[in-house]
Amino acid sequence: MAATSVYSSPGFDFSNQLRNNFLTEKGLPLPKATSTGTTIVGCLFEDGIILGADTRATEGPIVADKNCEKIHYITESIRCCGAGTAADTEFVTNFISSNMEMLALTHGRKPRVVTAMTMLKQYLFRYQGHVGAALVLGGVDATGPNLFTIHPHGSTDKLPYVTMGSGSLAAMAVFESGWKANMSREDALQLVKDAISAGIFNDLGSGSNVDACIITANHTEMLRNVEMPNQRVQKEKTYVFRRGTTAWKKENIRDLIVSEDVTPVGTEAMDTS
Amino acid sequence: MPDMVSLDRAGPQQRQFNPYSDNGGTILAIAGADFSVIAGDTRQSEGYNIQTRYAPKVFKLTDKAVLAVNGFAADGNMFVKRVRQRLEWYRHAHAKDMPLRAIARLIQTMLYGRRFFPYYVYNILGGIEEDGSGAVYSFDPVGSYERESCRAAGAAQSLVQPFLDNQIYFKNQTAAPGTTHPKHLPLQEVLSLVIDSFTSATERHIEASVGDGLEMYVVLARGSQLQGLENVPNVQEMTTTSDGERIFIIRRELKKD
Amino acid sequence: MSIMEYNGGSVIAMVGKDCVAIASDLRLGNQALGISSNFQKIFPVTDRIYLGLPGLATDVTTLRELFRYRVNMYTIKEERDIEPETFAHLVSSTLYERRFGPFFIEPVMAGMSKTPSGGYKPFIAATDLIGCLNFAKDFVVAGTASSKLYGVAEGLWEPDLEPEDLFETISQTMLNAVDRDAYSGWGVIVHVMTKDKVITRTLKGRMD
Repeated sequence: MAATSVYSSPGFDFSNQLRNNFLTEKGLPLPKATSTGTTIVGCLFEDGIILGADTRATEGPIVADKNCEKIHYITESIRCCGAGTAADTEFVTNFISSNMEMLALTHGRKPRVVTAMTMLKQYLFRYQGHVGAALVLGGVDATGPNLFTIHPHGSTDKLPYVTMGSGSLAAMAVFESGWKANMSREDALQLVKDAISAGIFNDLGSGSNVDACIITANHTEMLRNVEMPNQRVQKEKTYVFRRGTTAWKKENIRDLIVSEDVTPVGTEAMDTS
Repeated sequence: MPDMVSLDRAGPQQRQFNPYSDNGGTILAIAGADFSVIAGDTRQSEGYNIQTRYAPKVFKLTDKAVLAVNGFAADGNMFVKRVRQRLEWYRHAHAKDMPLRAIARLIQTMLYGRRFFPYYVYNILGGIEEDGSGAVYSFDPVGSYERESCRAAGAAQSLVQPFLDNQIYFKNQTAAPGTTHPKHLPLQEVLSLVIDSFTSATERHIEASVGDGLEMYVVLARGSQLQGLENVPNVQEMTTTSDGERIFIIRRELKKD
Repeated sequence: MSIMEYNGGSVIAMVGKDCVAIASDLRLGNQALGISSNFQKIFPVTDRIYLGLPGLATDVTTLRELFRYRVNMYTIKEERDIEPETFAHLVSSTLYERRFGPFFIEPVMAGMSKTPSGGYKPFIAATDLIGCLNFAKDFVVAGTASSKLYGVAEGLWEPDLEPEDLFETISQTMLNAVDRDAYSGWGVIVHVMTKDKVITRTLKGRMD
């Protein structure tokens, strides 16, 4: 077992599988992981790519994180939006980001978006859809702007405007009616904001704020929370309790400041000569 | 013909139609000494889709009774329609409105009458009792009911009810030395708690109360003061008779995501 | 029933003004049957990190030992205490390693992290059972009473609470949430951490 050895082998650890399969057979279903209901989009404009995402993470019908980041870093000029199982999108993008950095170091030049796309699809295909990541990958490289979608089973698409996640239909409706080739930066950003907003307001799995990322040949601008249309209103009451409201039985105070008193024993200083 | 062979080998087949669906939403009622507040959001959803942003779940039955219905919207609307019909028959037969406790018992018999094909609805009835006290009755889908002074139901019940336990019943709170917790809260306080309950639930639940609009009905006992109700924004009086109980509706916006 | 409900239990962590608090119930159950009313789910990791492990009890013990081992290895190699942010990532990658055979635990962390100026800043985080991190600015919850905790905390929590006020808020949140949960309860323990001390209190509440 990995835990008993100092060095753990790389990759996944399947040592709990036997036990967990036994429990599943006994009729205990696997608990749900945090998933991002999500609206994520990407679109091409005159000098690059704009990616967009909402910021809600859900656990069943409950909002687990009101302001999470779904636009992940791959390289300085390549970013990736993630939908699906939150942990998978987080780790798969992190993993590919590491490999892209290694590739850049090995070859001494910037790796391309297709390279990231190929690494992602091959990784996802290997896990046959069990790594539940649905991605929108976008960036600008030596070949120009590139935009892809990658599905959990490893299939990919290359399109000028794409959407994914539970809010993909709402967002695509906006793209289909508003997208034009060679849009200006302002128009494209507004279209992305509108597409994400359509997801936020019309899809229950998406919500909170709009994140966007503008990637051009020599600059990447991450616009965290460009729009915050869902701030909570001021509460009607304050709920600070009177001190002493909660009854308690036992108290223990652990002091983190270590204080030492030095008491010299004997009157003469030690002979250090 | 391979498919015919497989049909022969297949065991018994079953087909099913599920007549119910869950339309989300949350309702809530709190009784005061001489008033009742009955509230509900106005969103109706199915799965991840919003069907409408304005479908009321709280209905005025008489000048002293308000019914909130939550669960399967089609059943809820039909149920309210039938309760109103029975109340009208009562009015024709007795020339007065049915008392609240009698409406509660009527709802029980109507729900239990469908014991084996239930209305898929959680009901909360709020209003003023014959003795002038505020009352809330809560029901399960097959008619089990109870009079309480506060109840939440629907998608965000589990988020709201423990908050109400703490703020209405003062559960787990020790009173300051030499004082006791009040038995009933004033109207303004109750309205604040209702609004905060819904805004909290809206933050954390995707379909539930979450959202769009909030409708709060306030029923005041006969002869009681307005208790600051006249200063509340978006308040509208719904009373139809004079010198009886008075009934008001307050509308608020909720987040729309 | 899900495996998370097999033993029951819930944890919450909250941020205050220059302080953090973490609280858990003390129940260990076998489904509806209560077994113990003194089952600790919160463990000190370093002086300034507390880790809550609600979920399957066997994994509570396994993970506690696994994190003790990994944190000890870190301390030996680095010759310093692990920072809360680093520890959160250690928890995350440890859980994701078992992506296809997870531990049934949803960890919650609270601690004080060092700032470059030498002060301390409150830190809380939680992950799901496969290690998806959630850094919240207000509160994080996990366990069988999570939906109740979300509801009450969203109502009661306020920014910049002093340690004693934070104690009241987290205690009231926990007590009222577990009272509406059949699988959590049977006593509550609260830790409030400031830059120089940790106050631990066992609360008086319903024991049914």
